[in-house]
Amino acid sequence: MSHEMNTVLGLYNYWIVIFLMMTGFYVVIAKGNLVKKIIGLNLFQISVFLLYLSMGKINGGTTPIYPDKSFFADLQDQSSTMPVYSHPLPSVLILTAIVVGIATTALALALIVRIHEAYGTIEEDEILLQDQEA
Amino acid sequence: MADSNAAQLIVILLLALLGATAITIARMRQLWAAVMLTGVFSFLGAGWMLILDAPDVAFTEAAVGAGISTFLMLATLGLTSREAKPPAAFKPAPLVVVIVTGCALVYGTLDMPYYGDPDGHIHAYPDPSYIVKTNGDNGDPNDSEGEIKLPNVVTAILASYRGYDTFGETTVILTAGVGVILLLRRERRTTEQPEPPSADADRGGPA
Amino acid sequence: MNHYAILRIVTKLLIPYILLFGLYVQFHGDFGPGGGFQAGVIFAAGIILYGLVFGIGAARRVAPASIVERLIAVGLLIYAATGIAGMLKGGNFLEYGVLAHDAGHGQHWGILIVELGVGITVAAVMITIFFAFAGRERTE
Repeated sequence: MSHEMNTVLGLYNYWIVIFLMMTGFYVVIAKGNLVKKIIGLNLFQISVFLLYLSMGKINGGTTPIYPDKSFFADLQDQSSTMPVYSHPLPSVLILTAIVVGIATTALALALIVRIHEAYGTIEEDEILLQDQEA
Repeated sequence: MADSNAAQLIVILLLALLGATAITIARMRQLWAAVMLTGVFSFLGAGWMLILDAPDVAFTEAAVGAGISTFLMLATLGLTSREAKPPAAFKPAPLVVVIVTGCALVYGTLDMPYYGDPDGHIHAYPDPSYIVKTNGDNGDPNDSEGEIKLPNVVTAILASYRGYDTFGETTVILTAGVGVILLLRRERRTTEQPEPPSADADRGGPA
Repeated sequence: MNHYAILRIVTKLLIPYILLFGLYVQFHGDFGPGGGFQAGVIFAAGIILYGLVFGIGAARRVAPASIVERLIAVGLLIYAATGIAGMLKGGNFLEYGVLAHDAGHGQHWGILIVELGVGITVAAVMITIFFAFAGRERTE
């Protein structure tokens, strides 16, 4: 297999994740509707989670949960091999990030509800127009 | 290159579906449908997370992304408006910014280890034996060199090695919860506020 | 949603299992996949499902806002208290090794209690956010 082919097969997951990230980013900066912006942030956020987790993956790996004693008894009988573990650290970081992410998303949505009550709209340009007129 | 051809096929299928969902969400003006598709996007992401050997993260994402965040957004739409305004005119600037950023990021990945490569830096440092060190229980009942002695390495790192960090994250969640309460709950005040202030003003009403 | 019989009955059947799974994820998190963050959101999702199908009033009776809002702080205080207990026992803040007669057991206890604190805070915040959004009326 050629070098280029190897690169594509080895990095395609990052490229697709970057594509997803940029789609979310585009929604955040190009759309004027505030709820749509939050949806874009959500897309961006999930893509970052996937980027981190896909870095921790190892070929032929398994979940980082250490086996119990019966497994080692088998190991001594030569009937199985010591497993390879995917990296646990991205899981740890992303686990807390997801829950913090939903809490802050809720805060943003609460702000949007209050903005709608104050301005009667959730379109960015209309809000700015009202501010300028005031 | 990856685990097996079947697993690789599933990953490619999931990534294709993720891409299609993302584009549909970006193009959609019906916010209600866009929110439902965000739930679908989360769920597909959770599926890939399971393949990436992160079941803890996968079912958190499934509960949060497909459950709670979908509900919160639908509730917000119910309180505001269901449809986005049609776009005024296509502006090229955001697209250019996004493409430039994307290209920079892709350029950055060229130096990264390949997907699932066991020789990647992340798998070499720290020494992978730390998993055994975390647990120590290698089948020998007399051996007690483990530090945490819990089978789930993710939990061990989360609650013990990174205990300070998790404490901070919990505080952030508390703060966000308090913020939402302050922003949205005003049941008591709304029952009192409609009173015209003029009658109370003479009697020195509450400040 | 009172007139959707299938939805109501299926929800009634599912909710005990969702809550039970939440508790399993919470207390078995040291051994299998799981922990406080996951358990908190799963448990809250069970209550939210109940609130969506049977009405916000019914959910408020199950999880009264006054209690849930206190639980937000209680969870974090449990976490902090575990850290301070370690200090009182002669260790550093959040050093679990000193909590029991040997370091391994101390780590077990510390992680179990800390994860319980995280689970309580996360579940309580999610339920509170649900009540805050569902209880608000549209204003024009």
